[in-house]
Amino acid sequence: MGVLMDSESRVVVQGFGAAGQREAATSIAYGTTVVAGVTPGKGGTDVDGVPIRNTVREAVDEFGANISLIFVPAAFAADAIVEAADAGIPTTICITEGIPTLDMVKVKRYLRGGATRLIGPNCPGVITPSERSRAGIMPTDVYLPGNVGVISRSGTLVYEAVDQLTRLGVGQSSSVGVGGDPIIGTTQREALELFEADPETAAVVLIGEIGGTAEQEAADYIKGMSKPVVAFIAGATAPPGRRMGHAGAIIAGKAGTAQAKQSALMDAGATVVQSPSKIGETMQQVLKERGLA
Amino acid sequence: MKLHEYQAKELLARYGVPVPGGRVARTPEEAEAVARDLGGKVVVKAQAHTGGRGKGGGVKLAGSPEEAKQAASEIIGMQLVTHQTGPQGLPVDSVLVEEQVDIDRELYLSVAIDNASGMPIVIASAAGGMEIEEVAESTPEQIHRQAVDPTTGFMPYQARALAFATGLDGDLMRPATALMAALVKAFEESDGTIAEVNPLAVTKDGRLLAADAKFSIDDNADFRHKDLMELRDTSQEEEREVEAHAAGIQNYVKLDGNIGCLVNGAGLAMATMDAIKFEGGQPANFLDIGTANNPEAVVAALKIIGSDPDVEAVLVNIFGGLARTDIIAEGVVQAKRQGLIDQPTVVRLAGTNVEEGARILDESGIELVRADGFAEAARKAVEAAG
Repeated sequence: MGVLMDSESRVVVQGFGAAGQREAATSIAYGTTVVAGVTPGKGGTDVDGVPIRNTVREAVDEFGANISLIFVPAAFAADAIVEAADAGIPTTICITEGIPTLDMVKVKRYLRGGATRLIGPNCPGVITPSERSRAGIMPTDVYLPGNVGVISRSGTLVYEAVDQLTRLGVGQSSSVGVGGDPIIGTTQREALELFEADPETAAVVLIGEIGGTAEQEAADYIKGMSKPVVAFIAGATAPPGRRMGHAGAIIAGKAGTAQAKQSALMDAGATVVQSPSKIGETMQQVLKERGLA
Repeated sequence: MKLHEYQAKELLARYGVPVPGGRVARTPEEAEAVARDLGGKVVVKAQAHTGGRGKGGGVKLAGSPEEAKQAASEIIGMQLVTHQTGPQGLPVDSVLVEEQVDIDRELYLSVAIDNASGMPIVIASAAGGMEIEEVAESTPEQIHRQAVDPTTGFMPYQARALAFATGLDGDLMRPATALMAALVKAFEESDGTIAEVNPLAVTKDGRLLAADAKFSIDDNADFRHKDLMELRDTSQEEEREVEAHAAGIQNYVKLDGNIGCLVNGAGLAMATMDAIKFEGGQPANFLDIGTANNPEAVVAALKIIGSDPDVEAVLVNIFGGLARTDIIAEGVVQAKRQGLIDQPTVVRLAGTNVEEGARILDESGIELVRADGFAEAARKAVEAAG
């Protein structure tokens, strides 16, 4: 089980360039079913045994692709996400960094109420270690099958947290990188809902960051969760950036600070870790206390 | 990318936002000529990327072209220090010379991205001016918002609702809704991240004017705004940050401490700074190398860190995913061999190709402090920086 990815997942990679090929190969070696790559104009060829098609629709019709993994360059990524949704892909995971915000405004609105869930953009992807199912860019050897769900706004910081867990023998049910951009498809709160519903997950690590109000929205949901949450907020010591105008402050108020996020999470019953090197041992402790280890 | 006030007003005026008469001047003589064209009575405003310019002495009233020349000669060439700039201030090499307007009341109007709804929102308040953030906090009912749905765009009823809520009724209704629509259009077509008019002035003779304007453009959309990108004024940005951007490193921020940091990923970079402070040290910079797929990018980044006179130790903290630790290691070795970093250097590598990365460091024979975990790396860097 785990969330979003399992052994039934059939991955199509949109944007089969150097990064797409390398990550597809890593996923295949891990045990994931990668059914096709999409490169417009190269349909009918294959790269290292992976068939290439011109459109996502072809990959769905011919190979039953049900997960799309996007590496398409930023200027064309919105097009790629909507193409995946239009082809009926239920889960599309966008790795691409640097997509213009107003492109994401349109994409997010287009997806609203539809059947496609977007993870990211600007995220490391999703992995379910027990099913050896991976769509993303994370290093596979730090993951260990287990019962802790991991949600992160940051890419590399999640590897750090998972590495700490694995070194302590605490395995993961799934790891979901929700992405670091202002506008993302699946929020921290929505990722928490997935883990709350997953029978294999006993507890969740949530890695947030300064800025915005997403951690507060997650905290609202944590109040009613049956599973314990260990949270870390990156950027507690970051200096305030040079601001432009007042609009940002009017929208978010003081909610963007690490302190505001930490207290919202603590009030909701989460265990908040102050030092980034203590994420693993804190979760181990929480599992022991709750008899979940 | 931030625009100067004069650039923002030129942009907004093209969309039909009414702005005071005026032009930019780069010398006192030019300022004098502009003032003469405007009838003599003007305001001379320093063009720098900061708020609070008036309090910092960057805005002066002039009653004649000669006074405008005098005011411009005092402002051009100054380092403008405000509550937002830090003690070193920002250089000023131009002024906006504008007609003086008799203001009856000041409102607030902006367009920005609301992450929670995933849409731009238009924010308006009858309580414009410097204290708008306090207004938002103490009397939030005075702040009015309308989300811009991309399927319909900003609708006329939304503009009317904001106009009524902020007292822009009667004869001001039509110009107010037209101004709001123009501001949203400028925001959308220029890939704005913030478009702010504060104050939005109602003049004593009943006109509506954008008395001040701030506009910021999404750097990720630069590929479709070549013309606007030419307006970038790098004199307003930190020198090392400009150098970093030129080398293709987008995420570099200069800080006050003495430990130079090279990290992959913004979250890990922030957490590394947190860990350094936990160990009692201070980071000299934030640097997210991202997916460095060639050693040259790493060398360029280390050159910027190594040449920073504040840096007494360097911490390289990499958890490779898409980024490969062997490429990072190769970059560190090259930078050391080229003498670009002579400070003690702590390297912590984990993730993709870590065995190969470690082998490259081992076989280089270069003196490096190696660290296994994250906390250990931060502790060793703090020790090395003394």
